[in-house]
Amino acid sequence: MQSNLDELEQRRARARKGGGDARIAKQHEKHKLTARERLALLLDEGSFEEWDMFVEHRCADFGMEQNKVPGDGVVTGYGMIEGRPVFVYSQDFTVLGGSLSETHAAKICKIMDQAIKVGVPVIGLNDSGGARIQEGVASLGGYAEVFQRNVLASGVVPQISLVMGPCAGGAVYSPAITDFIFMVEGSSYMFVTGPDVVKTVTHEELTAEELGGASQHTKTSGVAHGSFANDLEMLLGTRALFSYLPLSNRETPPELPSLDHIDRPSAALDGIIPANPNTPYDMKHVVTEIVDDGEFFEIHQAFAANIICCLARIDGQSVGIVANQPMVLAGCLDINASRKAARFVRFCDAFNIPIVTLVDVPGFMPGMSQEQGGIINHGAKLLFAYAEATVPKITLITRKAYGGAYDVMASKHLRGDVNYAWPTAEIAVMGPEGAARIIFRQAADDPEKLAEATAEYREKFANPFVAASRGYLDDIIMPRNSRRRIAKALVMLQSKDLENPPRKHDNLPL
Amino acid sequence: MFSKILIANRGEIACRVIRTAQKLNIKTVAVYSEADANTPHVRLADEAILIGGAASSDSYLRIDKIIDVAIETGAEAIHPGYGFLSENAEFVDAVQKAGLSFIGPDVHAIKVMGDKIESKALAAESGVSCVPGTDGAVSDIDDALAAAADIGYPVMVKASAGGGGKGMRVVASADELPDGMRAAMTEAKNAFGDDRVFIEKFVVSPRHIEIQVLADTHGNVIYLGERECSVQRRHQKVIEEAPSPFISDKTRKAMGEQAVMLAKAVNYRSAGTVEFIVGADQDFYFLEMNTRLQVEHPVTEEVYGLDLVEWMLRIAACEPLTITQSDVRPQNWSIEARLYAEDSSRGFLPSIGQLRCYHEPQGPGIRVDAGISEGGTISMFYDPMIAKLIATAPTRTEAIDRLMLALDQYQIFGVSTNRQFLAAILGDADFRKGDMTTGFIADKFGDAFVAGAPDDRQAQQLMALGVALHARRLSARHHGQEPDARFAVCRDDDEGRTPYLMQWHTDRHGDIVTCGDHNIRISGNLGQAFPQSGHIFDGEIDGDVMAIQVEWQGWHYALHIGAKSLYISLYPEVATSILGHLPVQQQSHSATIISAPMPGLLTRLMVAEGDNVEAGQNVAIIEAMKMENVLKAEMKGVVSSISAAQGDSLNVDDIIIILTDRDQTSS
Repeated sequence: MQSNLDELEQRRARARKGGGDARIAKQHEKHKLTARERLALLLDEGSFEEWDMFVEHRCADFGMEQNKVPGDGVVTGYGMIEGRPVFVYSQDFTVLGGSLSETHAAKICKIMDQAIKVGVPVIGLNDSGGARIQEGVASLGGYAEVFQRNVLASGVVPQISLVMGPCAGGAVYSPAITDFIFMVEGSSYMFVTGPDVVKTVTHEELTAEELGGASQHTKTSGVAHGSFANDLEMLLGTRALFSYLPLSNRETPPELPSLDHIDRPSAALDGIIPANPNTPYDMKHVVTEIVDDGEFFEIHQAFAANIICCLARIDGQSVGIVANQPMVLAGCLDINASRKAARFVRFCDAFNIPIVTLVDVPGFMPGMSQEQGGIINHGAKLLFAYAEATVPKITLITRKAYGGAYDVMASKHLRGDVNYAWPTAEIAVMGPEGAARIIFRQAADDPEKLAEATAEYREKFANPFVAASRGYLDDIIMPRNSRRRIAKALVMLQSKDLENPPRKHDNLPL
Repeated sequence: MFSKILIANRGEIACRVIRTAQKLNIKTVAVYSEADANTPHVRLADEAILIGGAASSDSYLRIDKIIDVAIETGAEAIHPGYGFLSENAEFVDAVQKAGLSFIGPDVHAIKVMGDKIESKALAAESGVSCVPGTDGAVSDIDDALAAAADIGYPVMVKASAGGGGKGMRVVASADELPDGMRAAMTEAKNAFGDDRVFIEKFVVSPRHIEIQVLADTHGNVIYLGERECSVQRRHQKVIEEAPSPFISDKTRKAMGEQAVMLAKAVNYRSAGTVEFIVGADQDFYFLEMNTRLQVEHPVTEEVYGLDLVEWMLRIAACEPLTITQSDVRPQNWSIEARLYAEDSSRGFLPSIGQLRCYHEPQGPGIRVDAGISEGGTISMFYDPMIAKLIATAPTRTEAIDRLMLALDQYQIFGVSTNRQFLAAILGDADFRKGDMTTGFIADKFGDAFVAGAPDDRQAQQLMALGVALHARRLSARHHGQEPDARFAVCRDDDEGRTPYLMQWHTDRHGDIVTCGDHNIRISGNLGQAFPQSGHIFDGEIDGDVMAIQVEWQGWHYALHIGAKSLYISLYPEVATSILGHLPVQQQSHSATIISAPMPGLLTRLMVAEGDNVEAGQNVAIIEAMKMENVLKAEMKGVVSSISAAQGDSLNVDDIIIILTDRDQTSS
């Protein structure tokens, strides 16, 4: 009996060593933590329950039968984050470069199946050289098995991908399907084809960092939703993100109170809108004033910064905030901003997170590149996302709401539940200057008449009262009371019950 | 007395004047520019009239409009405050021609004292001590030796055509004079093509000390002691106090009497200030007379217990002074700090923006003269002074300590301020001894100030506070349950990340943070909400009374006390073993990224992509607050990308140019 117990301990110890001390030291030299060290930081202390520690690959080709490590390069199981369950897998780069074998994939699939069954999120820690080439198609099949589960879990349980090392080739498509991708600056990269292949095919000489580093994916491609300075910051950041999310689409997010009082007035908001309508201000300051403790978790901070998407809490309740950012491109909606916000709105809708929309939008971005890039199609995504969303939708217009962009940004007409505006709001088909030029076309050459017409249009439409008189706004509120007014609306909307017509699925303009 | 007055100014001084008027039951009219519509002086006044655009030339300097408003509103007199039109003879003339009273001196006094040569001549004539020197150029060495012997060493040999420090030599004795004079002449010849030089007394360790005078229309003139304003940055006063810690009663009396003589000589009325330069030997020399209320007038008010604005109003209404020189006795020590919206770390550039959070300190002996409120804006159009913070106490040391604590309690968020720079001055050992000259800031701080790290004991106290605040937040989140509150605290200035292991818990007396075998007890306003944007802890740590400003983001905390700042990360204790594997903290990329140091207009880009630049080379110009700021490359390199175009409006930290190392690109 004792020897059985000892053998278990010995086997466990061997499995925990992964690829051995030398490879662990090498991993550390690259400023990367090991698969287990990462889980220890991601999960509550002592909460991790490991599965499949003794799984080994079954490949007998190319001498692989001599090269077996228990666990087969991925640590899987479940644990807790702030007392709430989560399934995890963490690829172990020290074991065969974290390469994905049939059994490695099977371990991931096992926890995903279980996660869907019990309605618990999945967090994948990716650090893998790619497919286990020795296994050939069995490895490719393994990827597809994972993809299939990612797709089935989509919208059922939150899925978060942490890219903490290489993630190349087919491997990228698992994170790509999940809700969020985060990357570690300097030690992670993602691409479909690596620098060597790129050089042969297109003769471009690029480093892995240039081609698929955190900077590229967070700023240019938008593939990643954020990046962190090192492994530790990423794992703590993921814990923070997790606090805003429900366990599954069957639940609501946890209520986490703060010391911040709901009646806290924000005198600064009364003066935040500059006197000149063309002067920008930082919409993040508005967000800070409205949310608990001024704290929010931004998604896609560095990508399409003309729109802000973030998770925050108001009176302890999770909300997704979408806000035009006048500081960047005047807050215009362009292709990237539309894509970014559409996906965020759909995420919130899927997971019962109410959406608060802060509007200061002069319109869609004009220009050849936008039209050629299909702004019609991409803008429609955002419109579609808002229109189909059934979660509570609260909208606050702070300044401009012009043209089609007014409609899109969670207007009353797209089933906005509570639509507010500040007294500084201007809701119109376009800015007063442009409108006057069209209405008084014959006066366009006479600057005096044009100015008069502009003033008339401004007086009539550059305010929220016309929209309020039609009931498109539920109220015009004092900026300083925004936090309290939104909080009260959220409480009222907690019992909102709305369903879209049954169908196989909608046909979002992808 | 008047029944209604107009205040031709803005900001704190307008509010200051309105308050006294209210006290005297005088109705007030404020004037304001488009940029100032929502400011306290507009709200405080009985009436407020818009007079023009944001630029002062369109508003606060418009003599015609201001006088029109005064007539239309029925104001009987105009108070000019300081700056703007306060020493403008043309304005005073126009006010009087319109049949209104000017609350200040008459045209003659303003004109004479506004002229550097005329004022000195009058001062000399009236027996006021002026810097001794030769009347004109000295012809030869013998002439110079004789003059210098007369004046007394040390002397300064100065080029007649001089300027910019060229052709100047300080000479300590007769032996050095021939060489010094020859050197000055050669330099003057080369620089200006004119080798004439003159000789002047060189004031050793100069101080700036000024005398406040009050004169009525009945011939009474008194002086209200002095103000020491030696702590200056580029001739801009930063800290002022009364009395001066330096001059003797005898000197004070002599200076006061001379100031009164000068005021009488120019037929002065109202409040005025005679500025002197005072040497290490207590010799003093006349500099100039300011014919207006000074920014730093509150320290005199606090020390002598009177209201200078009230006296200006009474004098303008032809009331006689009811105080005599023998009534004037200092009762206290008072120190004023000028709080500016400026970025000390970037060479004190103005910092404009909205005051997202603004709370003034309160307490015995604390006075705040401000003209701004929460949500207000520091605009690029005017002086970026936020407020004057004045502390008064029986002794100088107590006044300094009160001022330092009040600075720590002053909550300003949204713009950068010189708050910690002021604390650094007040904490300076020489300043505390009263040992300062006009070169104090330049000598001690140079062109910029960055808050340093606290000593070990204080650092530990700050870390403990960070831990307690963080743990309190976690506890609130979990409905009051005690969280796992063991942390590995890392200082951001420690590249090696050696953690301090700290644990938080509470007992019935309050919060305790354990670090090693040391229990740090914290009591104060810990239970309050503390928004990310900023929070002031007011209480005791380990027995020390402190006010600490705290900002945070996630698990990263910035804690500021006095002139010190500490930046820490609170990691869970389990992270202790892996901290050594993390990459070294990224230092800022300031060398390779050239970004906007302040919001403004990019008026010139002097390089193109691919250009080679040398360290120190000018690369771009940003115009803000009507000032041009030249940006320089901090390292030698190649311009790898340009992210802004000429004419762009930039925000602080917007990237303009990215440089790469030349060696890197060639390899």
